[in-house]
Amino acid sequence: MKDEMPVKPLKEVPREKAFYFFTSLGNYTGESATSLKEFADKVKLVNIKSLEFHLSRRDFEKWATEVLEDKDLAAKMVRLQTIGLTGELLRNRLYAMVSDHYNSLMYRYGKR
Amino acid sequence: MPPRKNQRPLDDTDFKILKTLQEDARQTYTAIGKRLDIAHTTVYDRIRRMEEKGVIRKYVAIVNEEKIDPGQITALMTIFTDPKESEKVAEKLGEYPQVLEVYTSLSEELLIIAKVVAENQEGLHDFIANMVAPLPGVLRIRTSIITKKFKENQFALIRDPKKLTEREQKNK
Repeated sequence: MKDEMPVKPLKEVPREKAFYFFTSLGNYTGESATSLKEFADKVKLVNIKSLEFHLSRRDFEKWATEVLEDKDLAAKMVRLQTIGLTGELLRNRLYAMVSDHYNSLMYRYGKR
Repeated sequence: MPPRKNQRPLDDTDFKILKTLQEDARQTYTAIGKRLDIAHTTVYDRIRRMEEKGVIRKYVAIVNEEKIDPGQITALMTIFTDPKESEKVAEKLGEYPQVLEVYTSLSEELLIIAKVVAENQEGLHDFIANMVAPLPGVLRIRTSIITKKFKENQFALIRDPKKLTEREQKNK
């Protein structure tokens, strides 16, 4: 029997709650994500400056907590922030972490 | 096409009066008349006519934002938009009190340029991230924070009023 499904991380959020990728204050890249899956896909392609910008501001952690309501994911984001990665290393680690998290949620709560 | 009889074009005197009002709109008709070497009744007539024609839209106080809130920042946003949605984006921006001016412009892409104020840099970013980026049709945003204002004028006379008058005289 499946566990009770945490709805938010596996569903799309409204447009106004999406994650908007900026490269610096006020500079929007045009990329956004309305779900965890889309977020992972966008991590692969956005300007690396954007990932560094949001990581330093703890925006990933805030989005995971406040919008996706996924404390586990938020905690993983915090750990990533403390490591202090930059550049492609950051992209690769962030993508791997979000993808693994998404896949584990799908395994536990998604359609099989 | 020659101007209609009751729509006399602005002449040199009108422009001089406008320029004087731009410097200080609270001057009396007499003071303006003395300055321009014309009768105060002429000043009164010209100003009243320009008000009626909508050349002078209103008289406002120009506020020094730095005196009200020294921490407040002003920025110019360049918003790249989907052409189908740009009118709606511009109209929506105009509804926000933080947005002071909104313009559309066409370069390689359709742009909206907006002047916006915020209490600080973080407030500016929050406004753009939460209120502007989510608008349908917004493709990208570039924001420049204004660090120093060198000039601010509401009106500039870039045509020579004398030449204007000569040309208009020919049309009469």
